[in-house]
Amino acid sequence: MFSLAGYGGQILAGAVVTVELSVLSLLFSFFLGLLGASAKLSKNRALRGVATVYTTLIRGVPDLVLMLLIFYSLQIWLNDATDYFNLDEIDLDPFTSGVITLGFIYGAYFTETFRGAFMAVPKGQMEAARSLGMKPLLVFRRILFPQMMRYALPGLGNNWQVILKATALVSLIGLTDVVKASQNAGNGTFRMFFFTCVAGAVYLVLTTISKGVPLWLERRYAAGVRKVVF
Amino acid sequence: MAGAALRRRRAQGGVLIGIIETYWKPFLVSDGYNMTGVAMTLWLLVISCAIGFCIALPMAILRNSRNPFLWVPVWIYTYVICGTPLYVQLLIIYTGIYSLDFVHNHELLNLFFRQGLNCTLLAFALNTGAYTTEIFAGAIRDTNFGEMDAARSLGMSQALIYRRIIIPSALRRALPVYSNEVILMLHATTLAFTATVPDILKVANDAYSATYNPFAAFSVAALLYLCISFTLIFTFRKLEGHFLAFQKR
Repeated sequence: MFSLAGYGGQILAGAVVTVELSVLSLLFSFFLGLLGASAKLSKNRALRGVATVYTTLIRGVPDLVLMLLIFYSLQIWLNDATDYFNLDEIDLDPFTSGVITLGFIYGAYFTETFRGAFMAVPKGQMEAARSLGMKPLLVFRRILFPQMMRYALPGLGNNWQVILKATALVSLIGLTDVVKASQNAGNGTFRMFFFTCVAGAVYLVLTTISKGVPLWLERRYAAGVRKVVF
Repeated sequence: MAGAALRRRRAQGGVLIGIIETYWKPFLVSDGYNMTGVAMTLWLLVISCAIGFCIALPMAILRNSRNPFLWVPVWIYTYVICGTPLYVQLLIIYTGIYSLDFVHNHELLNLFFRQGLNCTLLAFALNTGAYTTEIFAGAIRDTNFGEMDAARSLGMSQALIYRRIIIPSALRRALPVYSNEVILMLHATTLAFTATVPDILKVANDAYSATYNPFAAFSVAALLYLCISFTLIFTFRKLEGHFLAFQKR
């Protein structure tokens, strides 16, 4: 009844794909979020406009619609570009387009998270750093980023959970993640209910594990912050 | 080579207009037989949010109970639903449950689970119910204790305190977070098309299959969703202005 009927390996491989996809999308959207937040807080009006349009559009449209839109269009745009520059065609596999799409979508959510966190860092910190003659990049690396991360962590942990769950959608565009693997197993054994529940259990384990990591990070980035303890 | 790209870009405008001309009716109300498009998406959203709300209110009260036999089952329900993707939940209900023998052989259950729309509504309602439970439970937990003290000093019973003091104030304070949940639910309704429910995305997918132009087909859907999102955000902002007027300074 509860045997995996030889599909255990495939489901495990699917789970690994899910985790890889989530981690890479997280990194990409983290980077995009930093860029977006910097653009939103910059003095340049054009940059602010572009960033605002990006976050408003992406957060107003369902992720599945964006995923299908970007996934199917990306290859066409890429072909147009390679045609234009007379290069060889580049084939995008579902994994790469999945990372690009998820990263692009959740970059908008990260932009909002980081914008709030940047604004929470006291202004005096920046002024002090600049008065010591630090270059903008050094100010960012040594002063702004470490302090900003403390405020961003709760939102970051939340976004990670959302990304992890959103990767389930990628099976719709043909990637063999844990959902797809469980569907294959269910179709092969006529035990759809059991194998889909296995996929759900894998996600439950992953989300439970990932609840612990933010707690650890929070303690690390809160080093030197006094807590009110009664 | 470069000419092909240019031609395709010029054709894009034509395809977009063609899609709107051919598919405007299924995109908005109906394909002639069934409710489709925007009407179907809104139907899914309203019904699942209404059922979810009815699940969430009693659950939120149980979630804050001191009796572990009451709060632990509710906690397990929200933990499992919030910890797994909605797509997996939909698959379990739509393809999983229907493949079980006793559901197949039971007349009523068979009738219910055979229809994609029923399964979708069930999955959506259970999903948003769990998230809403946590939202309401948090709002109830944050109730100002002075209000409780005042109510108790007037000799109100536990049920009366809940009905007159806690619930009205908790629902008001939960409104901003709840509006977020409704927007997320709107985004989640796109999954319905995997269970053959003809919502906006299903129509867009049909248009894509007919034209092989993903950008034109899906951007029409994206625009429709954007309009619904903005309308919802505007409505909730109005509601917040009314129900949270006491927080204004």
